[in-house]
Amino acid sequence: MESAVLSGEHFFNGDVACAEGALAAGCRFFAGYPITPATEIAEHMSKRLPGVGGHFIQMEDEISAMAAIIGASCAGVKSMTATSGPGFSLMMENIGLGIAMETPCVLVNVQRAGPSTGLPTLGAQGDMMQARWGSHGHYEIIALAPSSPQEIFYQTITAFNLSETYRVPVLVMADEIVGHLSERVIIPDASKIKLQSRPRPKGRKDRFKPFHPGPNGVAPMAHAGEGYMVHFTGLTHDERGYPVMTAEAQAEMMERITGKIRRNLDKIIQVEKYRLEDADIAIVSYGISSRSSQAAVDEAREQGIKAGLLRLLTVWPFPEDMIRELARRVKCLITVELNLGQIHLEVQRCSEGKAPALLIGHAGGSAITPEEILEKIKKQASGS
Amino acid sequence: MRKEIVITGLGGQGIVLAGQVMGLAASLSDHLEASFTQSYGPEARGGACSAQLIVSDKQIHYPYVRHADILVCMSQGGYDKYRHTLKDDGILIIDQDMVRSLDSAPGDVFPVPATRMAEELGRKMMANIVMLGFVTSVTGAVSLEGMLSSVASSVPKGTEKTNIAAFNKGYDLGQAMLKARTKKAAARL
Repeated sequence: MESAVLSGEHFFNGDVACAEGALAAGCRFFAGYPITPATEIAEHMSKRLPGVGGHFIQMEDEISAMAAIIGASCAGVKSMTATSGPGFSLMMENIGLGIAMETPCVLVNVQRAGPSTGLPTLGAQGDMMQARWGSHGHYEIIALAPSSPQEIFYQTITAFNLSETYRVPVLVMADEIVGHLSERVIIPDASKIKLQSRPRPKGRKDRFKPFHPGPNGVAPMAHAGEGYMVHFTGLTHDERGYPVMTAEAQAEMMERITGKIRRNLDKIIQVEKYRLEDADIAIVSYGISSRSSQAAVDEAREQGIKAGLLRLLTVWPFPEDMIRELARRVKCLITVELNLGQIHLEVQRCSEGKAPALLIGHAGGSAITPEEILEKIKKQASGS
Repeated sequence: MRKEIVITGLGGQGIVLAGQVMGLAASLSDHLEASFTQSYGPEARGGACSAQLIVSDKQIHYPYVRHADILVCMSQGGYDKYRHTLKDDGILIIDQDMVRSLDSAPGDVFPVPATRMAEELGRKMMANIVMLGFVTSVTGAVSLEGMLSSVASSVPKGTEKTNIAAFNKGYDLGQAMLKARTKKAAARL
Protein backbone atom coordinates (compact mmCIF):
# COMPACT_ATOMS: atom_id res chain seq x y z
CA MET A 1 0.00 0.00 0.00
CA GLU A 2 1.30 3.45 -0.90
CA SER A 3 1.08 6.39 1.47
CA ALA A 4 -2.09 8.43 1.09
CA VAL A 5 -0.49 11.49 2.67
CA LEU A 6 2.63 12.61 0.80
CA SER A 7 4.15 14.54 3.71
CA GLY A 8 6.90 16.90 2.57
CA GLU A 9 7.59 19.74 0.15
CA HIS A 10 6.35 19.55 -3.42
CA PHE A 11 6.08 21.73 -6.51
CA PHE A 12 2.52 20.93 -7.58
CA ASN A 13 -0.04 22.58 -9.76
CA GLY A 14 -3.42 23.32 -8.17
CA ASP A 15 -5.12 20.31 -9.75
CA VAL A 16 -2.57 17.84 -8.39
CA ALA A 17 -2.58 19.59 -4.99
CA CYS A 18 -6.37 19.22 -4.95
CA ALA A 19 -6.12 15.49 -5.66
CA GLU A 20 -3.51 15.07 -2.93
CA GLY A 21 -5.75 17.03 -0.53
CA ALA A 22 -8.60 14.64 -1.31
CA LEU A 23 -6.40 11.61 -0.65
CA ALA A 24 -5.16 13.13 2.61
CA ALA A 25 -8.80 13.74 3.58
CA GLY A 26 -9.55 10.04 3.13
CA CYS A 27 -11.22 10.15 -0.28
CA ARG A 28 -11.12 6.64 -1.73
CA PHE A 29 -13.53 6.93 -4.65
CA PHE A 30 -13.38 9.22 -7.65
CA ALA A 31 -15.76 9.14 -10.60
CA GLY A 32 -15.41 11.66 -13.34
CA TYR A 33 -15.22 12.58 -16.97
CA PRO A 34 -12.13 14.42 -18.24
CA ILE A 35 -12.46 18.09 -19.08
CA THR A 36 -9.94 20.90 -19.42
CA PRO A 37 -8.81 22.44 -17.06
CA ALA A 38 -9.83 19.85 -14.44
CA THR A 39 -8.46 16.76 -16.19
CA GLU A 40 -5.25 16.64 -14.15
CA ILE A 41 -7.30 15.98 -11.01
CA ALA A 42 -8.87 12.87 -12.55
CA GLU A 43 -5.56 11.85 -14.08
CA HIS A 44 -3.76 12.10 -10.75
CA MET A 45 -6.53 10.31 -8.87
CA SER A 46 -6.48 7.49 -11.44
CA LYS A 47 -2.77 6.99 -10.75
CA ARG A 48 -2.96 7.31 -6.98
CA LEU A 49 -6.23 5.73 -5.87
CA PRO A 50 -5.47 2.09 -6.72
CA GLY A 51 -2.27 2.34 -4.66
CA VAL A 52 -4.09 3.44 -1.52
CA GLY A 53 -6.91 0.92 -1.72
CA GLY A 54 -9.36 3.21 -3.50
CA HIS A 55 -11.24 3.14 -6.77
CA PHE A 56 -11.30 5.37 -9.83
CA ILE A 57 -13.96 5.17 -12.52
CA GLN A 58 -14.06 7.15 -15.72
CA MET A 59 -17.78 7.50 -16.35
CA GLU A 60 -19.64 8.01 -19.62
CA ASP A 61 -20.47 11.60 -18.70
CA GLU A 62 -20.74 14.08 -15.82
CA ILE A 63 -24.35 13.18 -14.99
CA SER A 64 -23.31 9.65 -14.11
CA ALA A 65 -20.10 10.83 -12.44
CA MET A 66 -22.11 12.84 -9.92
CA ALA A 67 -24.54 9.93 -9.45
CA ALA A 68 -21.65 7.53 -8.86
CA ILE A 69 -20.05 9.61 -6.10
CA ILE A 70 -23.41 9.88 -4.33
CA GLY A 71 -23.76 6.11 -4.55
CA ALA A 72 -20.24 5.52 -3.25
CA SER A 73 -20.86 7.85 -0.34
CA CYS A 74 -24.08 6.00 0.56
CA ALA A 75 -21.96 2.86 0.69
CA GLY A 76 -19.70 4.58 3.23
CA VAL A 77 -16.75 5.78 1.15
CA LYS A 78 -15.60 9.40 0.98
CA SER A 79 -16.03 10.35 -2.66
CA MET A 80 -15.28 13.14 -5.08
CA THR A 81 -15.59 14.31 -8.66
CA ALA A 82 -13.97 17.19 -10.53
CA THR A 83 -15.11 19.07 -13.60
CA SER A 84 -15.36 22.43 -15.33
CA GLY A 85 -18.14 24.61 -16.83
CA PRO A 86 -20.03 22.28 -19.21
CA GLY A 87 -19.61 19.33 -16.86
CA PHE A 88 -20.71 21.42 -13.90
CA SER A 89 -23.93 22.21 -15.76
CA LEU A 90 -24.55 18.50 -16.31
CA MET A 91 -23.99 17.75 -12.64
CA MET A 92 -26.65 20.18 -11.44
CA GLU A 93 -29.54 17.74 -11.29
CA ASN A 94 -27.65 15.22 -9.20
CA ILE A 95 -26.25 17.91 -6.91
CA GLY A 96 -29.89 18.41 -5.98
CA LEU A 97 -30.21 14.68 -5.38
CA GLY A 98 -27.16 14.79 -3.12
CA ILE A 99 -28.70 17.66 -1.17
CA ALA A 100 -32.09 15.92 -0.84
CA MET A 101 -30.47 12.61 0.16
CA GLU A 102 -28.12 14.50 2.49
CA THR A 103 -25.12 12.72 1.04
CA PRO A 104 -21.60 13.88 1.89
CA CYS A 105 -19.42 14.32 -1.22
CA VAL A 106 -17.09 16.84 -2.79
CA LEU A 107 -17.34 18.40 -6.23
CA VAL A 108 -14.43 20.44 -7.59
CA ASN A 109 -15.14 22.95 -10.36
CA VAL A 110 -11.99 24.26 -12.00
CA GLN A 111 -13.77 27.17 -13.64
CA ARG A 112 -13.11 28.20 -17.22
CA ALA A 113 -14.78 30.98 -19.14
CA GLY A 114 -18.32 30.25 -20.35
CA PRO A 115 -21.14 30.17 -21.27
CA SER A 116 -21.23 26.82 -23.09
CA THR A 117 -17.82 25.45 -24.08
CA GLY A 118 -16.42 29.00 -23.84
CA LEU A 119 -12.65 29.21 -23.35
CA PRO A 120 -11.51 25.71 -22.29
CA THR A 121 -7.93 26.66 -21.43
CA LEU A 122 -8.56 30.05 -19.84
CA GLY A 123 -9.78 30.95 -16.39
CA ALA A 124 -12.89 32.64 -15.07
CA GLN A 125 -15.01 32.79 -11.93
CA GLY A 126 -18.29 32.82 -13.80
CA ASP A 127 -19.99 29.85 -12.11
CA MET A 128 -20.33 31.37 -8.65
CA MET A 129 -24.09 31.94 -8.84
CA GLN A 130 -24.55 28.58 -10.54
CA ALA A 131 -22.79 27.06 -7.54
CA ARG A 132 -25.39 28.72 -5.31
CA TRP A 133 -28.58 28.21 -7.30
CA GLY A 134 -27.77 25.93 -10.25
CA SER A 135 -29.89 23.00 -9.12
CA HIS A 136 -33.62 23.55 -8.93
CA GLY A 137 -35.49 24.25 -5.72
CA HIS A 138 -34.40 26.14 -2.64
CA TYR A 139 -31.42 24.83 -0.71
CA GLU A 140 -28.24 25.71 1.15
CA ILE A 141 -24.85 24.68 -0.13
CA ILE A 142 -21.25 25.14 0.93
CA ALA A 143 -18.72 26.46 -1.60
CA LEU A 144 -15.05 27.26 -1.01
CA ALA A 145 -12.70 29.32 -3.20
CA PRO A 146 -8.96 28.49 -3.24
CA SER A 147 -6.32 30.97 -4.44
CA SER A 148 -3.20 28.79 -4.66
CA PRO A 149 -2.07 25.16 -4.90
CA GLN A 150 -1.30 25.18 -1.17
CA GLU A 151 -4.73 26.53 -0.37
CA ILE A 152 -6.59 24.11 -2.61
CA PHE A 153 -4.80 21.27 -0.81
CA TYR A 154 -6.17 22.45 2.54
CA GLN A 155 -9.55 23.52 1.21
CA THR A 156 -10.17 20.12 -0.32
CA ILE A 157 -9.61 18.61 3.13
CA THR A 158 -11.93 21.25 4.62
CA ALA A 159 -14.50 20.45 1.92
CA PHE A 160 -14.52 16.79 2.95
CA ASN A 161 -14.74 17.69 6.63
CA LEU A 162 -17.68 20.04 6.06
CA SER A 163 -19.48 17.59 3.79
CA GLU A 164 -19.11 14.84 6.38
CA THR A 165 -20.15 17.06 9.29
CA TYR A 166 -23.24 18.51 7.60
CA ARG A 167 -24.09 15.71 5.18
CA VAL A 168 -24.14 17.99 2.17
CA PRO A 169 -22.27 18.11 -1.16
CA VAL A 170 -19.49 20.69 -0.84
CA LEU A 171 -18.15 22.59 -3.83
CA VAL A 172 -14.53 23.63 -4.29
CA MET A 173 -14.78 26.53 -6.74
CA ALA A 174 -11.28 26.76 -8.16
CA ASP A 175 -10.42 28.27 -11.53
CA GLU A 176 -8.14 27.44 -14.45
CA ILE A 177 -5.41 29.78 -13.20
CA VAL A 178 -5.17 28.15 -9.76
CA GLY A 179 -5.61 24.68 -11.30
CA HIS A 180 -2.70 25.13 -13.70
CA LEU A 181 -0.50 27.26 -11.44
CA SER A 182 2.45 25.41 -9.91
CA GLU A 183 3.88 26.51 -6.57
CA ARG A 184 5.36 25.01 -3.45
CA VAL A 185 2.90 22.80 -1.57
CA ILE A 186 3.77 21.65 1.91
CA ILE A 187 1.93 18.54 3.01
CA PRO A 188 2.04 18.03 6.77
CA ASP A 189 2.34 14.75 8.64
CA ALA A 190 -0.82 12.68 8.52
CA SER A 191 -1.11 13.06 12.30
CA LYS A 192 -1.43 16.86 11.91
CA ILE A 193 -4.41 16.63 9.55
CA LYS A 194 -7.73 16.68 11.41
CA LEU A 195 -10.44 14.66 9.71
CA GLN A 196 -14.17 14.59 10.38
CA SER A 197 -16.53 11.81 9.52
CA ARG A 198 -20.29 11.66 9.21
CA PRO A 199 -22.38 11.00 12.31
CA ARG A 200 -23.18 7.27 12.57
CA PRO A 201 -26.26 5.58 13.98
CA LYS A 202 -26.52 3.67 17.25
CA GLY A 203 -29.33 1.54 18.55
CA ARG A 204 -31.81 -0.86 16.99
CA LYS A 205 -31.46 -1.32 13.27
CA ASP A 206 -35.15 -2.00 12.66
CA ARG A 207 -36.26 1.22 14.39
CA PHE A 208 -33.71 3.43 12.65
CA LYS A 209 -35.00 6.62 11.03
CA PRO A 210 -32.42 7.71 8.45
CA PHE A 211 -33.43 11.39 8.49
CA HIS A 212 -34.06 11.95 12.17
CA PRO A 213 -31.70 14.82 13.05
CA GLY A 214 -29.10 14.61 15.81
CA PRO A 215 -28.23 17.44 18.23
CA ASN A 216 -26.58 19.69 15.59
CA GLY A 217 -29.46 19.18 13.17
CA VAL A 218 -27.66 16.50 11.15
CA ALA A 219 -29.07 12.98 11.00
CA PRO A 220 -26.74 10.00 11.64
CA MET A 221 -26.00 8.15 8.40
CA ALA A 222 -26.29 4.39 7.98
CA HIS A 223 -24.44 2.83 5.10
CA ALA A 224 -25.90 0.51 2.50
CA GLY A 225 -25.52 -3.10 3.52
CA GLU A 226 -25.19 -2.56 7.26
CA GLY A 227 -28.66 -3.87 7.99
CA TYR A 228 -30.34 -0.60 8.93
CA MET A 229 -33.70 0.14 7.39
CA VAL A 230 -32.96 2.90 4.92
CA HIS A 231 -34.88 4.45 2.07
CA PHE A 232 -33.39 7.13 -0.17
CA THR A 233 -35.34 9.26 -2.63
CA GLY A 234 -35.19 12.65 -4.30
CA LEU A 235 -38.90 13.04 -3.54
CA THR A 236 -39.88 15.01 -0.48
CA HIS A 237 -39.60 12.52 2.37
CA ASP A 238 -40.20 12.15 6.09
CA GLU A 239 -37.67 11.09 8.72
CA ARG A 240 -38.03 7.46 7.62
CA GLY A 241 -37.03 8.50 4.10
CA TYR A 242 -40.46 7.64 2.67
CA PRO A 243 -42.07 9.99 0.12
CA VAL A 244 -44.76 12.25 1.57
CA MET A 245 -46.48 14.55 -0.90
CA THR A 246 -47.65 17.36 1.37
CA ALA A 247 -46.73 20.97 2.05
CA GLU A 248 -46.09 20.08 5.70
CA ALA A 249 -43.56 17.35 4.86
CA GLN A 250 -41.91 19.72 2.38
CA ALA A 251 -41.62 22.45 5.03
CA GLU A 252 -40.18 20.00 7.56
CA MET A 253 -37.60 18.56 5.18
CA MET A 254 -36.59 21.99 3.92
CA GLU A 255 -36.19 23.22 7.49
CA ARG A 256 -33.80 20.34 8.13
CA ILE A 257 -31.65 20.66 4.99
CA THR A 258 -31.38 24.46 5.15
CA GLY A 259 -31.38 24.78 8.95
CA LYS A 260 -28.35 22.54 9.49
CA ILE A 261 -26.34 25.05 7.44
CA ARG A 262 -28.04 28.31 8.54
CA ARG A 263 -27.66 27.45 12.23
CA ASN A 264 -23.94 26.71 11.92
CA LEU A 265 -22.75 29.68 9.85
CA ASP A 266 -20.13 30.66 12.42
CA LYS A 267 -18.59 27.18 12.21
CA ILE A 268 -18.72 27.02 8.41
CA ILE A 269 -17.76 30.49 7.16
CA GLN A 270 -14.06 31.27 6.93
CA VAL A 271 -12.61 34.59 5.75
CA GLU A 272 -9.22 36.23 5.92
CA LYS A 273 -9.04 39.89 6.90
CA TYR A 274 -6.01 41.66 5.47
CA ARG A 275 -5.14 45.22 6.58
CA LEU A 276 -8.83 45.80 7.17
CA GLU A 277 -8.83 47.20 10.76
CA ASP A 278 -8.52 50.87 9.76
CA ALA A 279 -9.46 50.58 6.08
CA ASP A 280 -11.48 53.24 4.25
CA ILE A 281 -11.70 51.18 1.09
CA ALA A 282 -12.51 47.50 1.46
CA ILE A 283 -11.87 45.03 -1.34
CA VAL A 284 -13.97 41.87 -1.26
CA SER A 285 -12.47 39.08 -3.33
CA TYR A 286 -11.84 35.33 -3.51
CA GLY A 287 -9.79 32.76 -5.41
CA ILE A 288 -7.22 33.96 -7.93
CA SER A 289 -8.65 37.50 -7.96
CA SER A 290 -7.87 37.89 -4.26
CA ARG A 291 -4.16 37.57 -5.01
CA SER A 292 -4.20 40.52 -7.39
CA SER A 293 -6.30 42.35 -4.79
CA GLN A 294 -3.74 41.73 -2.07
CA ALA A 295 -0.96 43.12 -4.28
CA ALA A 296 -3.10 46.20 -4.99
CA VAL A 297 -3.86 46.73 -1.28
CA ASP A 298 -0.12 46.64 -0.45
CA GLU A 299 0.63 49.13 -3.21
CA ALA A 300 -2.21 51.44 -2.12
CA ARG A 301 -0.98 51.36 1.50
CA GLU A 302 2.48 52.29 0.26
CA GLN A 303 0.92 55.31 -1.39
CA GLY A 304 -0.81 56.25 1.86
CA ILE A 305 -4.29 55.00 0.98
CA LYS A 306 -6.05 52.98 3.67
CA ALA A 307 -7.17 49.95 1.69
CA GLY A 308 -7.88 46.48 3.03
CA LEU A 309 -9.04 43.10 1.79
CA LEU A 310 -11.75 40.73 2.93
CA ARG A 311 -10.76 37.44 1.33
CA LEU A 312 -13.59 34.93 1.17
CA LEU A 313 -12.37 31.39 1.74
CA THR A 314 -16.01 30.33 2.01
CA VAL A 315 -18.20 31.99 -0.62
CA TRP A 316 -21.38 30.05 0.17
CA PRO A 317 -22.96 30.42 2.66
CA PHE A 318 -22.25 34.08 2.11
CA PRO A 319 -20.75 36.04 5.04
CA GLU A 320 -23.70 38.44 5.15
CA ASP A 321 -23.09 39.80 8.64
CA MET A 322 -19.46 40.58 7.92
CA ILE A 323 -20.36 42.61 4.83
CA ARG A 324 -23.07 44.45 6.81
CA GLU A 325 -20.58 45.33 9.51
CA LEU A 326 -17.94 46.35 6.97
CA ALA A 327 -20.35 48.56 5.01
CA ARG A 328 -21.10 50.54 8.17
CA ARG A 329 -17.47 51.50 8.72
CA VAL A 330 -15.81 51.90 5.30
CA LYS A 331 -16.21 54.55 2.60
CA CYS A 332 -16.65 52.04 -0.17
CA LEU A 333 -16.62 48.35 -1.01
CA ILE A 334 -15.08 47.01 -4.20
CA THR A 335 -15.71 43.42 -5.26
CA VAL A 336 -13.00 41.94 -7.47
CA GLU A 337 -13.97 38.80 -9.38
CA LEU A 338 -13.51 37.21 -12.82
CA ASN A 339 -17.08 37.65 -14.02
CA LEU A 340 -19.42 40.51 -14.81
CA GLY A 341 -20.74 40.82 -11.26
CA GLN A 342 -22.03 37.84 -9.26
CA ILE A 343 -20.66 37.98 -5.71
CA HIS A 344 -20.80 41.74 -6.33
CA LEU A 345 -24.60 41.44 -6.21
CA GLU A 346 -24.39 39.82 -2.78
CA VAL A 347 -22.02 42.50 -1.51
CA GLN A 348 -24.40 45.14 -2.85
CA ARG A 349 -27.36 43.45 -1.14
CA CYS A 350 -25.62 43.12 2.21
CA SER A 351 -24.12 46.61 2.18
CA GLU A 352 -27.73 47.86 2.44
CA GLY A 353 -26.85 51.22 0.95
CA LYS A 354 -24.53 52.10 3.85
CA ALA A 355 -21.53 52.27 1.51
CA PRO A 356 -21.32 52.24 -2.28
CA ALA A 357 -20.54 48.77 -3.63
CA LEU A 358 -18.46 48.80 -6.81
CA LEU A 359 -17.23 46.04 -9.11
CA ILE A 360 -13.97 45.26 -10.84
CA GLY A 361 -14.57 42.32 -13.12
CA HIS A 362 -14.44 41.11 -16.68
CA ALA A 363 -15.84 38.19 -18.62
CA GLY A 364 -12.86 35.87 -18.06
CA GLY A 365 -9.90 34.66 -20.11
CA SER A 366 -7.19 36.41 -18.09
CA ALA A 367 -6.51 37.35 -14.48
CA ILE A 368 -7.37 40.81 -13.22
CA THR A 369 -4.14 42.78 -12.78
CA PRO A 370 -3.16 44.54 -9.54
CA GLU A 371 -2.83 47.78 -11.59
CA GLU A 372 -6.52 47.76 -12.57
CA ILE A 373 -7.50 47.40 -8.94
CA LEU A 374 -5.04 50.00 -7.72
CA GLU A 375 -6.36 52.50 -10.25
CA LYS A 376 -9.91 52.11 -8.95
CA ILE A 377 -8.75 52.33 -5.34
CA LYS A 378 -6.90 55.57 -6.11
CA LYS A 379 -9.90 57.00 -7.89
CA GLN A 380 -12.14 56.24 -4.91
CA ALA A 381 -9.57 57.61 -2.46
CA SER A 382 -9.22 60.89 -4.31
CA GLY A 383 -12.96 61.23 -4.79
CA SER A 384 -13.75 60.88 -1.08
CA MET B 1 15.29 39.59 -5.78
CA ARG B 2 12.56 39.02 -8.34
CA LYS B 3 12.99 37.50 -11.78
CA GLU B 4 10.29 37.14 -14.40
CA ILE B 5 10.99 34.49 -17.01
CA VAL B 6 9.12 33.52 -20.18
CA ILE B 7 9.87 30.39 -22.16
CA THR B 8 7.95 30.15 -25.39
CA GLY B 9 7.73 27.89 -28.40
CA LEU B 10 5.53 25.25 -29.99
CA GLY B 11 3.47 22.49 -28.40
CA GLY B 12 5.62 19.33 -28.40
CA GLN B 13 8.91 21.15 -27.77
CA GLY B 14 8.70 20.59 -24.02
CA ILE B 15 8.16 24.26 -23.20
CA VAL B 16 5.85 23.53 -20.28
CA LEU B 17 8.22 20.89 -18.92
CA ALA B 18 11.09 23.40 -19.14
CA GLY B 19 9.13 25.87 -17.00
CA GLN B 20 8.17 23.14 -14.55
CA VAL B 21 11.81 22.02 -14.20
CA MET B 22 13.01 25.56 -13.50
CA GLY B 23 10.19 26.22 -11.04
CA LEU B 24 10.89 22.99 -9.22
CA ALA B 25 14.58 23.90 -8.86
CA ALA B 26 13.82 27.43 -7.67
CA SER B 27 11.18 26.30 -5.21
CA LEU B 28 12.52 23.12 -3.68
CA SER B 29 16.31 23.40 -4.16
CA ASP B 30 16.92 27.16 -3.99
CA HIS B 31 14.09 27.67 -1.43
CA LEU B 32 12.73 30.69 -3.26
CA GLU B 33 9.10 31.52 -3.94
CA ALA B 34 8.25 30.31 -7.44
CA SER B 35 5.01 30.58 -9.43
CA PHE B 36 4.79 28.76 -12.71
CA THR B 37 1.92 29.17 -15.16
CA GLN B 38 1.45 27.86 -18.66
CA SER B 39 -0.60 28.86 -21.60
CA TYR B 40 -1.48 26.74 -24.55
CA GLY B 41 -4.14 26.35 -27.20
CA PRO B 42 -6.45 23.42 -27.88
CA GLU B 43 -3.89 21.61 -30.07
CA ALA B 44 -1.77 18.81 -28.62
CA ARG B 45 1.16 19.54 -30.95
CA GLY B 46 2.34 22.50 -32.96
CA GLY B 47 0.28 25.26 -31.38
CA ALA B 48 1.87 28.27 -29.72
CA CYS B 49 2.59 27.71 -26.06
CA SER B 50 4.42 29.43 -23.28
CA ALA B 51 5.62 28.91 -19.76
CA GLN B 52 5.81 31.84 -17.37
CA LEU B 53 7.87 31.63 -14.23
CA ILE B 54 8.30 34.15 -11.46
CA VAL B 55 11.07 33.57 -8.93
CA SER B 56 11.27 35.82 -5.91
CA ASP B 57 12.48 36.00 -2.33
CA LYS B 58 9.09 37.49 -1.39
CA GLN B 59 5.55 36.15 -1.62
CA ILE B 60 4.24 36.26 -5.19
CA HIS B 61 0.69 37.61 -5.48
CA TYR B 62 0.10 38.10 -9.19
CA PRO B 63 1.51 35.01 -10.93
CA TYR B 64 1.89 36.33 -14.48
CA VAL B 65 4.87 37.98 -16.15
CA ARG B 66 4.50 41.65 -16.97
CA HIS B 67 8.10 42.72 -17.65
CA ALA B 68 10.32 39.77 -18.46
CA ASP B 69 13.91 39.73 -17.22
CA ILE B 70 14.56 36.64 -19.29
CA LEU B 71 12.84 35.66 -22.55
CA VAL B 72 13.61 32.28 -24.10
CA CYS B 73 12.18 31.75 -27.59
CA MET B 74 12.15 28.40 -29.34
CA SER B 75 9.88 29.48 -32.19
CA GLN B 76 9.42 32.54 -34.37
CA GLY B 77 5.80 32.86 -33.29
CA GLY B 78 6.79 32.81 -29.64
CA TYR B 79 9.31 35.56 -30.23
CA ASP B 80 6.82 37.69 -32.16
CA LYS B 81 4.24 37.33 -29.41
CA TYR B 82 6.40 37.94 -26.36
CA ARG B 83 9.29 40.21 -27.43
CA HIS B 84 7.38 43.30 -26.23
CA THR B 85 7.34 41.93 -22.66
CA LEU B 86 11.15 41.87 -22.43
CA LYS B 87 12.68 44.63 -20.31
CA ASP B 88 15.18 46.98 -21.97
CA ASP B 89 17.97 45.41 -19.97
CA GLY B 90 16.48 41.91 -20.21
CA ILE B 91 18.20 38.83 -21.60
CA LEU B 92 16.91 37.34 -24.86
CA ILE B 93 17.82 33.74 -25.64
CA ILE B 94 16.71 32.26 -28.96
CA ASP B 95 17.01 28.97 -30.73
CA GLN B 96 18.85 30.44 -33.72
CA ASP B 97 17.44 27.91 -36.19
CA MET B 98 13.86 28.45 -35.05
CA VAL B 99 13.85 32.24 -34.67
CA ARG B 100 15.20 33.69 -37.88
CA SER B 101 14.08 37.27 -37.88
CA LEU B 102 14.71 39.65 -35.01
CA ASP B 103 13.24 43.17 -35.16
CA SER B 104 16.34 45.08 -34.29
CA ALA B 105 19.74 44.21 -32.92
CA PRO B 106 19.06 44.28 -29.20
CA GLY B 107 21.90 44.37 -26.69
CA ASP B 108 21.76 41.13 -24.83
CA VAL B 109 20.78 38.40 -27.24
CA PHE B 110 22.15 34.88 -27.08
CA PRO B 111 21.64 32.70 -30.16
CA VAL B 112 21.74 29.00 -29.28
CA PRO B 113 21.48 26.09 -31.75
CA ALA B 114 19.56 24.08 -29.13
CA THR B 115 17.51 21.95 -31.52
CA ARG B 116 20.56 21.17 -33.66
CA MET B 117 22.60 20.26 -30.58
CA ALA B 118 19.83 17.95 -29.38
CA GLU B 119 19.70 16.33 -32.81
CA GLU B 120 23.45 15.72 -32.64
CA LEU B 121 22.91 14.05 -29.26
CA GLY B 122 20.42 11.76 -30.97
CA ARG B 123 17.16 13.15 -29.60
CA LYS B 124 15.62 16.29 -31.03
CA MET B 125 13.12 16.37 -28.17
CA MET B 126 15.89 17.21 -25.71
CA ALA B 127 16.24 20.72 -27.20
CA ASN B 128 14.37 22.09 -24.20
CA ILE B 129 16.88 20.52 -21.81
CA VAL B 130 19.84 21.87 -23.82
CA MET B 131 18.17 25.26 -23.60
CA LEU B 132 17.68 24.93 -19.84
CA GLY B 133 21.40 24.25 -19.44
CA PHE B 134 22.18 27.38 -21.41
CA VAL B 135 19.66 29.52 -19.48
CA THR B 136 21.07 28.32 -16.16
CA SER B 137 24.56 29.14 -17.36
CA VAL B 138 24.05 32.68 -18.61
CA THR B 139 21.30 33.99 -16.31
CA GLY B 140 22.04 32.48 -12.90
CA ALA B 141 18.31 32.73 -12.13
CA VAL B 142 18.39 29.23 -10.63
CA SER B 143 21.28 27.23 -9.21
CA LEU B 144 23.19 24.63 -11.22
CA GLU B 145 22.81 22.01 -8.46
CA GLY B 146 19.09 22.66 -8.24
CA MET B 147 18.65 22.34 -11.98
CA LEU B 148 20.63 19.12 -12.22
CA SER B 149 18.49 17.39 -9.62
CA SER B 150 15.32 18.92 -11.03
CA VAL B 151 16.11 17.71 -14.58
CA ALA B 152 16.93 14.23 -13.29
CA SER B 153 13.67 13.95 -11.36
CA SER B 154 11.46 15.40 -14.12
CA VAL B 155 12.45 13.38 -17.19
CA PRO B 156 11.22 9.84 -17.94
CA LYS B 157 12.98 7.08 -15.98
CA GLY B 158 15.92 5.63 -17.86
CA THR B 159 16.61 8.88 -19.75
CA GLU B 160 18.24 10.77 -16.86
CA LYS B 161 21.80 10.29 -18.12
CA THR B 162 21.17 11.46 -21.67
CA ASN B 163 19.15 14.42 -20.43
CA ILE B 164 21.84 15.49 -17.98
CA ALA B 165 24.36 15.22 -20.85
CA ALA B 166 22.11 17.47 -22.95
CA PHE B 167 21.79 19.92 -20.06
CA ASN B 168 25.58 20.04 -19.61
CA LYS B 169 26.09 20.69 -23.36
CA GLY B 170 23.88 23.75 -23.09
CA TYR B 171 25.51 24.82 -19.85
CA ASP B 172 29.02 24.56 -21.28
CA LEU B 173 28.07 26.51 -24.39
CA GLY B 174 26.74 29.27 -22.13
CA GLN B 175 29.96 29.37 -20.13
CA ALA B 176 32.03 29.52 -23.33
CA MET B 177 29.88 32.32 -24.72
CA LEU B 178 30.14 34.33 -21.50
CA LYS B 179 33.92 33.90 -21.50
CA ALA B 180 34.19 35.03 -25.12
CA ARG B 181 32.11 38.11 -24.31
CA THR B 182 34.28 39.03 -21.35
CA LYS B 183 37.36 38.67 -23.49
CA LYS B 184 35.88 40.85 -26.19
CA ALA B 185 34.87 43.48 -23.67
CA ALA B 186 38.37 43.44 -22.14
CA ALA B 187 39.93 43.79 -25.58
CA ARG B 188 37.85 46.90 -26.20
CA LEU B 189 39.18 48.61 -23.06
